[in-house]
Amino acid sequence: MLIKLTGGRVYDPENGIDGEVRDIYIENGRIVAPAPDAKIAHEYALHGRVVMAGGIDPHSHIGGGKVTIARMLMPEDHIGDEVARTDLTRAGVGYAIPSTLTAGYRYAEMGYTAAFEPAMLPANARQAHMELADTPIIDKGAFVMLGSDDFFLRQLSRKADFSAIKDYIAWTMHAAQAIAVKIVNPGGISAFKFNQRKLDLDEKHVYYGVSPRDIIVTLARGLKELGVVHPIHIHGCNLGVPGGVETTLNTIKGAEGLPIHLTHIQFHSYGTEGDMKFSSGAARVAEAVNANKNVSIDVGQVMFGQTCTASGDAMRQFVNTRSAYPKKWVVMDIECDAGCGVVPFKYRDKSFVNALQWAIGLELFLLVNDPWRLFLTTDHPNGGPFTCYPHLIRLLMDKSFRKEMMQTINQDALKYSTLPTLDREYTLYEIAIMTRAGPARSLGLKDRGHLGVGACADITVYDDNPNREAMFATPELVFKNGELIVRNGRIVKVVNGATHVARPSYDPGIEKSLKTYFDDYHTVRMENFRLSDEEIMNGGRGSLIIQPTGARVA
Amino acid sequence: MDSEKSKNGANHHLNVACPFCGIVCDDLEIAPTDKGLKVLRNGCAKSIAAFERPLVEPSPQVDGKDVPLDEAIAVAAQLIKESRLPIFGGLGTDVDGMRAIMSVAEKGGGIVDHALSEGQYRNFRVLQSSGWVMTTLTEARNRADLFIIAGSDVHKIHPRFFERIVCNEMSMFSDAPPKRTVVFLGEGLDQSAAQGPRIGEVVTLPCKAERIGEIVDAMRAMNKGLTIPGDMIGGLPRAMVENLLARCKAATYGVIVWAPPSLAFPNADLTVQAVSEFVKDLNSVSRFAGLSLGGNEGAVSAGAVCAWQSGFPLRVSFASGKPDYDSERYAMSRMLAAKESDLLLWLASYTADLSPPETDVPMILLATPAIKPTRTPRVYIPVGTPGIDHAGLIVRVDNVVSLPLRKLRQSKLPRAADVLASIEASL
Repeated sequence: MLIKLTGGRVYDPENGIDGEVRDIYIENGRIVAPAPDAKIAHEYALHGRVVMAGGIDPHSHIGGGKVTIARMLMPEDHIGDEVARTDLTRAGVGYAIPSTLTAGYRYAEMGYTAAFEPAMLPANARQAHMELADTPIIDKGAFVMLGSDDFFLRQLSRKADFSAIKDYIAWTMHAAQAIAVKIVNPGGISAFKFNQRKLDLDEKHVYYGVSPRDIIVTLARGLKELGVVHPIHIHGCNLGVPGGVETTLNTIKGAEGLPIHLTHIQFHSYGTEGDMKFSSGAARVAEAVNANKNVSIDVGQVMFGQTCTASGDAMRQFVNTRSAYPKKWVVMDIECDAGCGVVPFKYRDKSFVNALQWAIGLELFLLVNDPWRLFLTTDHPNGGPFTCYPHLIRLLMDKSFRKEMMQTINQDALKYSTLPTLDREYTLYEIAIMTRAGPARSLGLKDRGHLGVGACADITVYDDNPNREAMFATPELVFKNGELIVRNGRIVKVVNGATHVARPSYDPGIEKSLKTYFDDYHTVRMENFRLSDEEIMNGGRGSLIIQPTGARVA
Repeated sequence: MDSEKSKNGANHHLNVACPFCGIVCDDLEIAPTDKGLKVLRNGCAKSIAAFERPLVEPSPQVDGKDVPLDEAIAVAAQLIKESRLPIFGGLGTDVDGMRAIMSVAEKGGGIVDHALSEGQYRNFRVLQSSGWVMTTLTEARNRADLFIIAGSDVHKIHPRFFERIVCNEMSMFSDAPPKRTVVFLGEGLDQSAAQGPRIGEVVTLPCKAERIGEIVDAMRAMNKGLTIPGDMIGGLPRAMVENLLARCKAATYGVIVWAPPSLAFPNADLTVQAVSEFVKDLNSVSRFAGLSLGGNEGAVSAGAVCAWQSGFPLRVSFASGKPDYDSERYAMSRMLAAKESDLLLWLASYTADLSPPETDVPMILLATPAIKPTRTPRVYIPVGTPGIDHAGLIVRVDNVVSLPLRKLRQSKLPRAADVLASIEASL
């Protein structure tokens, strides 16, 4: 059945199309170039509408143990935000930490067709995928966490052959069904278990004798040589620490040109100037990002209101518990593998610190030149829920709205930020890069994030409303795999998205040493630690898409 | 998978996960014999009893009369349709079974609660009001130098906990790991499993379980520099309590273990909270963590799936179409006692321990044939056991690790998830 989307203004940066009026044809879930005499089965007249690929969120905590701990911890987040069952959709809840089904529907209703869970612990991978399986409509994938797990740290500490380290990285990606690898507070989660309370970039882990710098460089090089498209996804040392900007700049320098992705960089861009010893380091970070083409970032914008932070960074979250609001929190040490910290937060616009965090995020957006290396995130739910994206887009596209908002926040904070001097307004083309084309390219999703022939027909159609918040909150039409799933911001059909994975090659001989290791020390057998493809497929409820990787080097 | 390859030409299963307690050991070796399945290695009393149960495949029944499965499903659906407020309880099932329960409870406008949630709520209340610092099985196994077993008969609930987590001879962090101290805080606890080369001192502090909160609060106060008067604290000589505090402060990585089902006294959540707050305080200087056990009969999976799908850990009502949460009001035992429900669907697919409650509320029973109800249910549908009769997934007690359960034999017993999906389709 051939579907024609007629006369929309198309923003398709991957193919260099900037607002041209074009027709798009869909057949069997793909964008096609039909024969001139092909029969059109259905036509949507999209004159005056804005057409983009479906949105892709490259960093959103929507599935896995810590998210469900947050859900359990915060019934007050859900009460008043319940969603009733309909003939099409299931019931659910949540403002900042929605239930799985509700999260899937809300992404789709916002014109997003994929979201990636960025902090899947190997030990918790099965649960993360179970939760993602219960997140309908959107495609998903997950980044597996390495860098505080005992096996990797002992490899590093014993100066294991680099090829064996790569085998382990690749094996873990297979075992956990991951598309990328993340490090969280490199080595720091483990160090906290040994009662170290901070771990700077060049500080040694008391037991393994390795530094975060060693860990970052090893994983960055390992992934590059494995041919994994998404570079090492780094939640750096010293998250949220005033002065953390120095660590961030040193991390960029320390990458030695290797590709790296620095995530929720807003939380790592704090200086120590002024009476409060808290100031913006955004200008320096942006300058470094602009100068180093090997670096990509996402922002982790803070949005005002109540949220619940959920992070793998047990070390830093333990410190953050002092600011917990309400005063309850969970910190966990997990399986000699990783950890987590779940701490509710309320970001207040009248608070100096919170207002400055907000300003720093916006500064980063406005000062980084290349939208292909900058992705729009709130580090959901850590800076705020993903449902704030339309508001954030308006802040970026509409400087008078931004200035209006700036007047409502703590005014002292603005003195320590360059935000009041920035006049940049994002274009629709740049928004399309930051929210679809860029993440797709960075994650190596070969047929997503664009509207060229052969692409998966994940397409969002917006009314060209000058109020960009209203425009992006309520798309007119959303197609997933060529099927109309949302009309005027409401679900009209529920489908199941796929799970994207990447599978770099490894020497299966590594399972011999892993088998002994698991038998000796773990409480789970290696054979049961691995997730099978059948688990993801689950009798047809799910599906797997194996994204290509480059050739492995040595 | 290698582990599923047959050995000796038979269906000899290695690395089998056992769902019959919350620890979910996954190192069992099981093979078929002419009398049924036999646990060859790493069994315990619980796993042997359950895996070696003979296969019986009774017929579904309506009002005590054998009927085809379709008919039982149709009657069950009719009962749910006619019910004003059904309870979907028991919930001894795997992840897919729980997913199916959530879906049918939503459509049927009912309440969801697990048979053992009273114990779980001793923890959930603390989580929802103040939180904690917790650890997991592998972490404790390799790292802890001090275990405090608080008021819980762990050995009875989890027969292999000590063997696997406390008495293990190997540790990731040392070829000659130091000996461990095990403190039993509470009277009448089975200490027999705390022995072997890894175990150093075993300390017995025989207080009443109800007074553990008081003792821990006193330690917390003393740790903050306050003075506690009197020679006795919580029924223990003061010196014993001071000594325990000193051990806690000196530990490299202390772990305090409790099993909520054991803390069966009023307001036991306050004991869990006292322990959790004490652990938080200790962490300002050194490392210490809680380790909560229990979670038998699929309770952890039920709580987790319910939380990720509805936002709330059990005791949710879908009567209005929206998830409505009230941990008091929607407690199954209270609702049954108060006759606030007119239908109970009871799901129990693991062991005979999860018999349906004594109630005259009409019942749909989806259960392992090991359960013999004392009263004839309106509808009885025997179901398979996850990990024996069909494959499945289960969440372990630490709420981090999940394990795959395997089909070990051919049986006609259906998966609860499939029965529930058929019921839902007829609603």
